[in-house]
Amino acid sequence: MNSFFRKFHYGDIPEEKGGDNNNTVHPGAKTDWPLWEIFIRSKQGLDHKHVGSLHATDAQMAIENARDVYTRRMEGVSIWVVESKYIHASNPDEAKSFYEPAEDKVYRYPTFYELPDEVNHM
Amino acid sequence: MNSMNQDLVDYILHLADNALVLGHQNSKWCGHGPVLEQDIAITNISLDLVGQARNFYQYAARVINLSDNKIDPVTEDSLAYLRDTREFKNLLLLEQPNGDWAKTILRQFLFTTYQFYLYQQLQNSKDTQLAAIAEKSLKEVTYHLRWSSEWMIRLGDGTEISHHKMLAAIDSLWMYTGELFADSTYEIWAIKNQIAFDLNGLKNNWEEKAKEIFEEATLTFPGKTFMQTGGKEGRHTEHLGFILADLQFMQRAYPGCEW
Amino acid sequence: MPAVESEKIFQDKVDQEIKIEPKDWMPEKYRQNLIRQISQHAHSEIVGMLPEGNWITRAPSLKRKAILLAKVQDEAGHGLYLYSATETLGITREQTIDDLHSGKAKYSSIFNYPTLTWADIGAIGWLVDGAAILNQVMLTRTSYGPYARAMVRICKEESFHQRQGFEILLVLSKGSKEQREMCQDAINRWWWPSLMMFGPQDSESTHSDQSMKWKIKRKNNDELRQNFVDMIAGQIKVLGMSLPDPKLKWNEKNEHYDFGEIDWEEFWNVVKGNGPCNKQRLEARKKAWEEGEWVRQAAAAYAEKRKSRNLTT
Repeated sequence: MNSFFRKFHYGDIPEEKGGDNNNTVHPGAKTDWPLWEIFIRSKQGLDHKHVGSLHATDAQMAIENARDVYTRRMEGVSIWVVESKYIHASNPDEAKSFYEPAEDKVYRYPTFYELPDEVNHM
Repeated sequence: MNSMNQDLVDYILHLADNALVLGHQNSKWCGHGPVLEQDIAITNISLDLVGQARNFYQYAARVINLSDNKIDPVTEDSLAYLRDTREFKNLLLLEQPNGDWAKTILRQFLFTTYQFYLYQQLQNSKDTQLAAIAEKSLKEVTYHLRWSSEWMIRLGDGTEISHHKMLAAIDSLWMYTGELFADSTYEIWAIKNQIAFDLNGLKNNWEEKAKEIFEEATLTFPGKTFMQTGGKEGRHTEHLGFILADLQFMQRAYPGCEW
Repeated sequence: MPAVESEKIFQDKVDQEIKIEPKDWMPEKYRQNLIRQISQHAHSEIVGMLPEGNWITRAPSLKRKAILLAKVQDEAGHGLYLYSATETLGITREQTIDDLHSGKAKYSSIFNYPTLTWADIGAIGWLVDGAAILNQVMLTRTSYGPYARAMVRICKEESFHQRQGFEILLVLSKGSKEQREMCQDAINRWWWPSLMMFGPQDSESTHSDQSMKWKIKRKNNDELRQNFVDMIAGQIKVLGMSLPDPKLKWNEKNEHYDFGEIDWEEFWNVVKGNGPCNKQRLEARKKAWEEGEWVRQAAAAYAEKRKSRNLTT
């Protein structure tokens, strides 16, 4: 079997072993709400950081959803929302950016969290 | 001698029951909302309401337990889980079935507008505990009002289908709006003692806001109609029985347990 | 730049633990693999709201009601973070949802089991979230940036869930006879399905593991499963309960717990769609989506109207 993904892991159940479902989904009218990128400046923060995206029909809804999801209704937090299509990003030159990692790079999704050591639980 | 003030207890329970019943109802949307972000929004509102209910029930429990009447001590849970429908004092509006998103939004909007002005009033209550709860809850309620107003407008002025669904929702729920301002004996007592305030003033504010949103939503504000009442006095619709059967099952089936 | 050179740079980055970001060149198979894995993970969070949401209305105390509401909300939020990460790879949320509803995309099989008692809610928090945490911590170091960052966020919230689940069971374990029986019964039903969450045994694999090479996956199934068994076998002593595995035994030499054989037939059956709740879960999600169509349309229509009226927000 020509499969790269013979080793199954969490969340990855390959289609060939999965259940067969003959239902077709009615496409319906395509009313995909636009995607918005969310930037949050925390209470003590100095600048807005990109945290993710969500779907909303207008800026008002996007801000409210961002409050619900990305700030858990914390006060004193500043939220910026921008429709994804309005974000323009540079095209990092692959070779250059690899060999000079210290240089400032503009990515479409600027880095957000520093990855911590393994989370201790229970 | 500190005999329990039944009117005060009833008033607090009325406020608590409102929050609990609507919170409970809204929570049924969890996992079934029309879009993920809104699933989160309405669940958030449920959580706020359950939080408010807890504050009120805890206060009511304190008042009851401090009195000299020979009753077993109560807790927030015994008040929420061990009273039957005749003792519940929530508005009839809140126990109406969720229906579709239009009906849920309308119910939320009508109630939240009422809660908003009510809590604003209660901030000045002579009862400092009620004032504190009202002040704390007002922030959340302000958000609920904004959220539900926006949805009223989106659905009222969205598509023909959504407009019709809003009309059907109004048809279904309007007769329960009168009860919001129909004073019960404990509200009359509360107003007399400056714990609560004039319901007429509340009604005017509520109507003004509702008319404003209805207009922007291209919905006709209903005229005078016969209003259903009784919830505040424990005379409910058939729905509350099922709500409580669901809500209270565990405590009734396994009495006296810790959870 | 020729593909073979891009591929080399890509693999070098992966090998050096430099994150791959959305605008970077990536092999198509890497992109497809990620879309499938991340969206399946997102679907799992959303479908996972159903077995737990089942008990919100019946939560036995106001405190538990509030906690459960918050937890299920967290899960919805996790789904959102993950859909958001998936969408950076050039697929829309609607497409991923279509795949879920058509049966093409899967979700974690654990959610195809029913929540029959309040104790199940505790068992899910302790066992299912516990298993998820082990996988998720590993994934915070995955090679794709947006996925790793979503996992960091998720991990922070997940450990809280596991503690809450354990606490529910702890209270039951100290309660009435019925409560203690309820607790043991839930553990009996959820134990083997949670072990199955780690997937088939590694010995089943006969091909090279591209996922490991691309650092999409960082540890293998058996390793994670063993970690989980060791953790739970220790914690269950606090509950005074037992795991439904007569072969469970501490192995002094290996310093691990030996455990019994998983029923792989059950595993594959549930994956294939024959679990107790597969149809029910999918139907619920389809129903919510289909019945929500008019709502989404109305909101979109209103937004269009507003734009064309040239009103400023």
